[in-house]
Amino acid sequence: MTVAIVCIAGIGLVAAIALALADKYLAVREDPRIGMVTAVLPGANCGGCGFAGCDGYARALVAGTAPNGACAAGGDACAQACAKILGVEAAATEKRVALVKCCGTRSEAIRVGDYNGICDCNVAAATAGGDKGCRYGCLGYGACANVCPKNAISIHDGLAKVDKRLCIGCGKCVKACPKHLIELVPASATIHVLCNNPDKGPSVRKVCGVGCMGCHMCERLSGGKEAGHFKFDGFLAKVNYSNPPEDAAIVAKCPAKCMIEDPHFESGH
Amino acid sequence: MKTVKSPFKFKGGVHPDYNKELARESAIERMATPAELVVSMSQHLGAPAKCIVKAGDFVRRGQLIGEKNGFISVCVRASADGQVKAVEKRLGPAGGMADAVILDTTAALPEDLPPVEPLKPLDWKNATREELLKRVEEAGICGMGGAGFPSAVKLNPPPGKRCEYLILNGAECEPYLTADFRVMLERADRIRTGVEIMRKILGMPAVRIAIEANKPEAIAAMEKAFADIEGNVEIVVLPVLYPQGSEKHQIYATVGRVVPEPPALPIDVGCVVENVGTVAAIADAVEKGEPLLERVTTVSGDAVANPKNVLAPSGTKYSDLLAFCGGTKEDAAKVISGGTMMGFAVSSLDIGTTKTTSGLLFLTRKKVFQYSSQACINCGRCLRACPMNLNPAEISKAVESDDIKTAEDAHVMTCIECGACSFGCPAYRTITQYCRRAKNSIRARMAAERAAAQAAKAANP
Amino acid sequence: MKPKTTESHLVLSSSPHTHAKSSVSRIMLDVIIALLPTTAMGIWFFGMSAVWTIAVCVSTCIVTEALCRMAMKRESTIGDLSAVLTGLLLALNLPAGLPLWMAVAGSVFAIAIAKQVFGGLGMNPFNPALAARAFMLISFTGPMTTWLKPICRCKCDAAPDVLTMATPLATMKRLFGHDATASATPHFQQAIDSLPSTWDMLVGNMPGCIGEVSAIALAIGAAYLLWRKVITWHIPVSFIATVYVYSLIAGGAPAYMQVLTGGVMIGACFMATDYVTSPITAKGKLIFGFGCGLLCMLIRQFGGYPEGCSFAILIMNAICPLINRWTQPKPFGAK
Repeated sequence: MTVAIVCIAGIGLVAAIALALADKYLAVREDPRIGMVTAVLPGANCGGCGFAGCDGYARALVAGTAPNGACAAGGDACAQACAKILGVEAAATEKRVALVKCCGTRSEAIRVGDYNGICDCNVAAATAGGDKGCRYGCLGYGACANVCPKNAISIHDGLAKVDKRLCIGCGKCVKACPKHLIELVPASATIHVLCNNPDKGPSVRKVCGVGCMGCHMCERLSGGKEAGHFKFDGFLAKVNYSNPPEDAAIVAKCPAKCMIEDPHFESGH
Repeated sequence: MKTVKSPFKFKGGVHPDYNKELARESAIERMATPAELVVSMSQHLGAPAKCIVKAGDFVRRGQLIGEKNGFISVCVRASADGQVKAVEKRLGPAGGMADAVILDTTAALPEDLPPVEPLKPLDWKNATREELLKRVEEAGICGMGGAGFPSAVKLNPPPGKRCEYLILNGAECEPYLTADFRVMLERADRIRTGVEIMRKILGMPAVRIAIEANKPEAIAAMEKAFADIEGNVEIVVLPVLYPQGSEKHQIYATVGRVVPEPPALPIDVGCVVENVGTVAAIADAVEKGEPLLERVTTVSGDAVANPKNVLAPSGTKYSDLLAFCGGTKEDAAKVISGGTMMGFAVSSLDIGTTKTTSGLLFLTRKKVFQYSSQACINCGRCLRACPMNLNPAEISKAVESDDIKTAEDAHVMTCIECGACSFGCPAYRTITQYCRRAKNSIRARMAAERAAAQAAKAANP
Repeated sequence: MKPKTTESHLVLSSSPHTHAKSSVSRIMLDVIIALLPTTAMGIWFFGMSAVWTIAVCVSTCIVTEALCRMAMKRESTIGDLSAVLTGLLLALNLPAGLPLWMAVAGSVFAIAIAKQVFGGLGMNPFNPALAARAFMLISFTGPMTTWLKPICRCKCDAAPDVLTMATPLATMKRLFGHDATASATPHFQQAIDSLPSTWDMLVGNMPGCIGEVSAIALAIGAAYLLWRKVITWHIPVSFIATVYVYSLIAGGAPAYMQVLTGGVMIGACFMATDYVTSPITAKGKLIFGFGCGLLCMLIRQFGGYPEGCSFAILIMNAICPLINRWTQPKPFGAK
């Protein structure tokens, strides 16, 4: 009995001394701000900032090798909080969300082949350029949906749609899309042009029922060129998101029906 | 000169249905220049050429319309007289978009159009090596078998490397294709001249002419053409096996040397491999001053009315080639540019041929195989079929779950995309496509890393 | 010019555009065909009870597979015949005369627990039929080790009223095992006499599982599989050779008896060669076969059971991923 008590007590004592020594000599000295910054980051580990998870970004922030405000998911509030911890000024950032600039569903945009292969946009695009008649449109094989950390993207009728309420604006889908038709736009914007085809009207019409023909109707109705709500790339209208149009009436007047006014734009047409 | 049996056999390989009898007996037929040509600036492996004409310009046959744009690049010349209708991005057979010159060959040339200085015939016996190399480059010659590697680069080994063997690739192991076979039968003398020119450029290496055993007529034609040649020349009869025409496997089968993993090239083991069609084109370019403006394309498949081997100008649209062969006798469900093992399925017949279009196949529904990618049952057929001795099963499973790292560790970059793995897969998995996907994303990552490294270098010099 | 097509679209796919026409269902069918000789011999020796066991196992496996796929909301996989094969293999690894409800329980275990839980064909780490057999051996030890006497076994005329008897392996273990104490007893000669003759061992005239008794029938099946290139020689040869060499070295029962009795033949040719649970490279297959043979003999010599073939294969199944990792092929041209 006594022997047992002495043994246990002895082992306990040795272990306690070892732990105390380890704490003193083997401790990893870390900037306490790293923990604080990590705590205010969203913790989604989406990788949208370009670092391996939120912890990686926090370390880079504290080390001064990454700019504050690179966390799209956390947005302005997060940047402010980080700035406070780091003792710097934060530039105001606006929450941005992904927008798929295509509304050519299977019923609207023609398909030129029956694709048979792996369900991934990048490989489908490498197989005869994809099965969609429009070379700029969404293939709908979900490369963006596969990389979305928040499952905010779903495929409906051969078209990717982003749920704005779930999107954290990490930008991974922008990089994943082989057709480069996903753009990060301000979350406050409500009027969008859902087309990515800069070709002339007739050639767009040949492949898609809802493609932008570059008729400038939206521009005229929103106050003309001087108002500057739209920009044009070839025969493709683009919303000028730094000066977005406000009158939603123009949406219904788009002859190509490729404009949309939808605060969530998960529903599309 | 002697004929020998291939002394080395590589591991793996498969035996697809060759279906060569469809066009085998039909002699090469020259096709009249069609009304419209679509000449792509991306004719070959490497950087596309830079277009130097614009809409409305008149061009003459043989005139330079695309300049070589980088080291691994070849120039493009107009394959007929005509007027440039447009220069626009067109879909290529492999799915990429590239600038293409749309040529209206019916337009009358204005009388005051200055003549184009043609390439002069060269007396190759007295020409210098540099003159000959320059000619090959000017004539826009690239490999006509597969990827289209610029011949001038191949024929000019980097300093310190010497070509010991010049290997002529006459294997043509792709199903359906008979273009090279007909070239060997009908243009044997051109091949002979081409070989002598190339031997001169490369400093008299030994020559091996590799032909699969299922082409006895071609072997006989080559034996006849090379009967009196001097030096170390052998015809090597290869066993019938796909992919016998792959550069690395042909080198192994003929001279027993193994090309190391990429980025090593055949010249690293002292070999230069060139397709027989390319060799004939080199002879024409040197002796006649004729640039590479046309090639033999096998138009075949069970949907074609009259399968033929057609000699057509570069840029001939697939629809014109099909019309020349009598159209389709049955509905085509799949159109393939190239052979059935490595060719590209296309969605449109408005694509123009290039210097590498060796075949155009029209298959009916019953010949079209639908892959469906069930779960791998680990049967090992792909391992046994893989001529590169990879583990395609593991690679495909890794890529399926987006694990590109594992695929890279399994040497996916060594894959030659021959298709032997998918061909035999009982679970109908698109293994080759998985490999291609892994290779594409690894290449994209490497390019991004290079760009980042360069940017970092620019930021802190 | 638009191409004439039956539907308006051309098929777009990545190369290759042709196929060898092999399929999973054809492979499964080949294995089933290869099992027919031994199935026939089993029925010949054990009669209607064997027929009932086989019928119940196969049908239960098919029904369980269908129900599992339905429950998982996935496409049906009955057509690939793998459930039929699992049912047949399980039945051939059971003693005839087993209560049928036990066969049902085993079949449900094989398909639902050993296969579909992991995601179906191609995902299971253990051979479903063997996993089920191990489960049954532990759950129903008594009935699973009660062996029906072959119907036309002439040697047993002396005791015609006896319906069951020990397998030759159990007899051999008693006589030659390392704890053999019987050599001095007067029953020794009697026990030796009760061992089947070599001919009986070859055709299968001895007690045992339905499908494991007839070495000749199994060899014919294996030859068919080799000819059809469904299996390669590596696993059967290294498995059987290991068993043979081990028993030569270890002594005890004659080496050929160790090979011909028990589950070695069916295990080496049909169970260990299961694609999903065996290594993919030739070198890996040799290691796998060697491991199976060694473990099988270790269990036979030192273990509590007279037969260790199933357990040996199951243990090797478990380390199969490791063997695959050890034996990655070296690419053509790699250093």
